[in-house]
Amino acid sequence: MQQFTVHTGQAAPLRASDVDTDQIIPVRFLTRLAKAGYGQDLFADWRDDPQFVLNRPPYHQATILVAGNNFGTGSSREAAVYALADYGIRAVIAPRFGDIFAGNASQNGLLPVVLPQATVTELWNLLERTPTSPVTVDLQNCLVRASGIEAPFTVPADIRTRLLHGYDEIALTLQHETAIQHYETTRRRTLPTTTRTR
Amino acid sequence: MGLTLAEKIWRDHIVRDDLLYVDLHLLHEVNTPIAFDALRTAGRRVRRPDLTLATEDHLVPTRDLFKAIEEPAMRRQAALLAENCAEFGIEIYRRGDPERGIAHVIAPELGLVHPGMTVVCCDSHTTTMGAFGALAFGIGTSQVEHVLATQTLHFARPKTMRVTVTGALAPGVTGKDLILALIAEIGTAGGQGHVIEYQGPAIDALSMEARMTVCNMTVEAGSRAGLIAPDQTTLDYLRGRRHAPSGPAWDAETARWRTLRSDDDAVFDKDIVLDGDKISPFVTWGTNPAQGVPIDATVPAPSSFADPAQRAAAERALSYMDLKPGTFMRDIPIDAVFIGSCTNGRIEDLRAAADVLRGRTVAPGVEVYLVPGSDTVRQQAVDEGLHHIFAAAGIQLRTSGCSLCAAVNEDRLLPGQRAASTNNRNFEGRQGKGARTHVVSPAVAAASAVAGHLAAPKDLEA
Ligand code: SF4
Repeated sequence: MQQFTVHTGQAAPLRASDVDTDQIIPVRFLTRLAKAGYGQDLFADWRDDPQFVLNRPPYHQATILVAGNNFGTGSSREAAVYALADYGIRAVIAPRFGDIFAGNASQNGLLPVVLPQATVTELWNLLERTPTSPVTVDLQNCLVRASGIEAPFTVPADIRTRLLHGYDEIALTLQHETAIQHYETTRRRTLPTTTRTR
Repeated sequence: MGLTLAEKIWRDHIVRDDLLYVDLHLLHEVNTPIAFDALRTAGRRVRRPDLTLATEDHLVPTRDLFKAIEEPAMRRQAALLAENCAEFGIEIYRRGDPERGIAHVIAPELGLVHPGMTVVCCDSHTTTMGAFGALAFGIGTSQVEHVLATQTLHFARPKTMRVTVTGALAPGVTGKDLILALIAEIGTAGGQGHVIEYQGPAIDALSMEARMTVCNMTVEAGSRAGLIAPDQTTLDYLRGRRHAPSGPAWDAETARWRTLRSDDDAVFDKDIVLDGDKISPFVTWGTNPAQGVPIDATVPAPSSFADPAQRAAAERALSYMDLKPGTFMRDIPIDAVFIGSCTNGRIEDLRAAADVLRGRTVAPGVEVYLVPGSDTVRQQAVDEGLHHIFAAAGIQLRTSGCSLCAAVNEDRLLPGQRAASTNNRNFEGRQGKGARTHVVSPAVAAASAVAGHLAAPKDLEA
């Protein structure tokens, strides 16, 4: 997995709440067989609108998205994360995220950063006033920095470690093979299997 | 201090720290190819194919079951699921299998979901199966890969929320109305990070089908999962199903299941009480499931929302939905009706639709998609003769699949078309680019099909 330590880049203010995964990547695009390539379909239904933030320079080169409340609610589709990452987005800042989206993001080196609505509004104002104003997301110190703004955030410790090192989560889990095996010997025999009894 | 049901199930499945053992893993065509690919690349195996089950639901045609999938990328994706299952030894229910259907509908039908289990699937509406007192939740593709390889998942001890529904639902008011009313009250993030446990007399009185509808849409309140403790209704549903225990094992298991409930002194992180007597048939007017009102009400004005974000969301939603504040919900004309999905594609839902449609016909210009949640449900409808009622009304009873719930197969609305739909999400573009969705119960969907505008069954009795 791609590491995330400190990232500084162009940010885009997405002034909308409840941006669900159907907006991030409409279902009809979920046919790719690899993570690469999804970026061209990001926010597909909004892209014909010239006023849409990612259609306007310099925001179209954004690597950080600053969004409203409840970003990434809805479907479990991980392609929402693939699309953002493939477009070049490294971090999304929002007051709150859909649970499954946030989990998916951290599996793909995309950092979900929770900041209070007041700070998000400050960032929106800054980016609309001075569009090229750089934003830094620092996972080492758990800080977001921008002109006149310094905001701490928290990330669960295990997710932070995994992102900082780019660890493969499955490899980590497989180190606990003995514990998994032990658990399996204690499972009740009456639990169902999916094997068809014909 | 006692434990909640969610905490008990979580505790019983902890391998170490927050590593949770998964008892049942369901797969479908759309979110899985990348997981299998990654598994192959890393040279890993599927740890427990015998706890894994796949089904073809998202991409299958529903009008003509065996028709080839036209779109090449989707055809490839559907074929890949079967190839991957063959390679890794996973059971799959394919087109033509009489028990095939939507994952969350067939797993309960097959008796695979027992109280106290953990169930995951690459689809957020996995929460459906919480109706059995199982901890069931949706996961992403990376987690699918993790579960395939390890049969476990990192899952922190969940926060819990109790929703008590007092009183009794009035006749004609369904589980769908109950959950829509709850989401309208607590919002799309009202349950965020929490597992919701439903309790109270109005919940106890619900059938298994209706409980599944309630737990299905629990995810629309932002929750991880929904739970209803097992009772006699649960046991009656499970008895005799293929993968349910039988003989002496049945007695032993049911005795255990009966102990699966939150302790009386358990403390929930949040507590909500809803008055079941006051719930009426509900419809959505906006583009998220919390934007709903009773069918007797009017489209709200954005200015009626105190919160600026909600006001902005309402303005945007009304513009997308092409609705004016003050319009009576009943006066909204529709072009299409969808009855189906893992929310409302079970036999009870088809019966409710048939009750309304008996002796009536669909309004001219309205297209009805009637899509059972599984082919077992379809067969049962035929056995009960419901297909005659549908045919007389001018409706084809299709074969099962997700169909217009996600509009990822060939069933899709055109831009600007407006539907009364029994699915779970009214998001922009959910049923096709530019399509407008009103989420409703099966009875309201059927009544709307007859009336040509949003309508409750009692409106037809003139
Ligand atoms: S019916 Fe809809 S919600 Fe249910 S599994 Fe299919 S697409 Fe997902």
